[in-house]
Amino acid sequence: MERTRLVFSGSGGQGVITAAIILAEAAVLHEGLIAVQTQAYGAAARGGATRSEVIISDEQINYPKVTQPNILVCLTQESYNIFSGIIRPGGLLITDKRYVKVKQKVDAVQHEMPIYETVMEKIGKPIVLNICMLGTLLGLTGIVKPESIFKVLETRIPESFLEMNQNALKLGLQISQP
Amino acid sequence: MGSQVKFIQGNEVCVEAALYAGLDFFAGYPITPSTEIAEHLAYRLPQAGGKFIQMEDEIASMCAIIGASLTGQKVLTATSGPGFSLMQEALGYAVMAEIPCVIVNVQRGGPSTGIPTHISQGDVNQARWGTHGDHAIIALTASNHQDVFAMTVEAFNMAETYRTPVVLLFDEVVGHMREKLILPQTNEIPLVKRLKTSVDGGVDYHPYLAREDGRLPMSDFGGVHRYNVTGLYHDMWGFPSDNPKIVHGLLRHLVDKIESNADTIARYKEHYLEDAKKVLISYGASARSALHVVNTLRQKGQKYGLLELQTLWPFPHQVIRDRCNGAEHIIVVEMNLGQICREVKNAVDHPDRVFLANRVDGVFINPSDIRQTLRLIQGRGV
Repeated sequence: MERTRLVFSGSGGQGVITAAIILAEAAVLHEGLIAVQTQAYGAAARGGATRSEVIISDEQINYPKVTQPNILVCLTQESYNIFSGIIRPGGLLITDKRYVKVKQKVDAVQHEMPIYETVMEKIGKPIVLNICMLGTLLGLTGIVKPESIFKVLETRIPESFLEMNQNALKLGLQISQP
Repeated sequence: MGSQVKFIQGNEVCVEAALYAGLDFFAGYPITPSTEIAEHLAYRLPQAGGKFIQMEDEIASMCAIIGASLTGQKVLTATSGPGFSLMQEALGYAVMAEIPCVIVNVQRGGPSTGIPTHISQGDVNQARWGTHGDHAIIALTASNHQDVFAMTVEAFNMAETYRTPVVLLFDEVVGHMREKLILPQTNEIPLVKRLKTSVDGGVDYHPYLAREDGRLPMSDFGGVHRYNVTGLYHDMWGFPSDNPKIVHGLLRHLVDKIESNADTIARYKEHYLEDAKKVLISYGASARSALHVVNTLRQKGQKYGLLELQTLWPFPHQVIRDRCNGAEHIIVVEMNLGQICREVKNAVDHPDRVFLANRVDGVFINPSDIRQTLRLIQGRGV
């Protein structure tokens, strides 16, 4: 497979770091791929624009950071303003339709997805926004199989929240289908 | 039994490895970017039958692990720059009293509280010379999770083998990054047990009387033997002495037991060195960027190689001399102002061929930074 470099961005507390960990863990533990996950620490981790990074490959990954993502997800306007410029030409840009007004034309395939709207309408709790985002990403890219993410959710999410997260992933998969 | 494959942070790998090595006792004071070590040990160590204590500060933490080690426990503390500074006096005590212990320093930018959440490799010389007086020390490092595991186990083994503190110098990227770890099977990596005295209770035991091979068997403090432990120069009974012969003999022993075993203690990895004309030398997270560059240049047919150091102290002079022999350029990649670069210059025949590719702004050195230095060296500009 081609090396995929992803950046998830949003504001602290939206779960972009958790989403990155779940994706990378699914790739490593359930698909036999190689993945590295890193994140921004410091003030950014507690509000403001925050980012987390994942590289997925079938070959050894040495430099673990992402300077130019193939896939960029922006869940807030601020994160879009800051990070939209770093996307690799021809890459994939996913934004939340409700929160991000796409201003400039970037050289990328742009998808404005109703992630927040769907979560609030169908589940009513913004806490699973990040998992719905993962579902959307999977639906658009097929980067890992949904079953692999479901397996990770079972080990990482407390039982009382599991169903809600599973539903959020399914919703994300649904909205990404044409 | 959990899965043998894990996807975890480097700091958690250190925890897994310490437990694998038989850790009994941890005392520490959490500090970024090492906090996850204390966090996870607080949960895991009691489950494994060990003791975890959060201390009031790093001075107390270091003293607590020294005391626990004397009673026969395998001990660990974890900290970062400012905490490592506080530990220096007691670390010297552990050197002088020859107490096996492992100290993890997940480095952040310094001096002082510096830049807590960002990467640095600025404590390399502090690990060597942070405590006062002539002495020797062992410091190990690693660039990926499998090696963090291996070097952590090595640290415990070397601490017992040489009766010395061993410093594990990690960094923010290695500590916080998540990647795969394949947990070694039980018994896959040999573990060094403490060398204990065969002298029975009621018979005189000389805590600082070396065997013929130079090693000093220990007796659990508070057990069957009464003996003295001090940071002062001491005789074979452990009592203070200012006898010049004893003072000289003890200092030589403390230094020689490590320096004369530098080749045995040296751990390193070689990448494409067989026919390399230009040699990069790096360690810790920096070595990941350096390897990225070397891989890319090799694909273009350029004869670059990488020597990745895992033992930083005692400095592996002979390894450096051998691997750099005939190299046109030697480029040291590190995140400080040249702490290992200086050692490399001392080690090689042509110090004018040694260059530093570094970054000291809290940003992880990336392959472009290194390539830029390589272009400058070749006179090609930025």
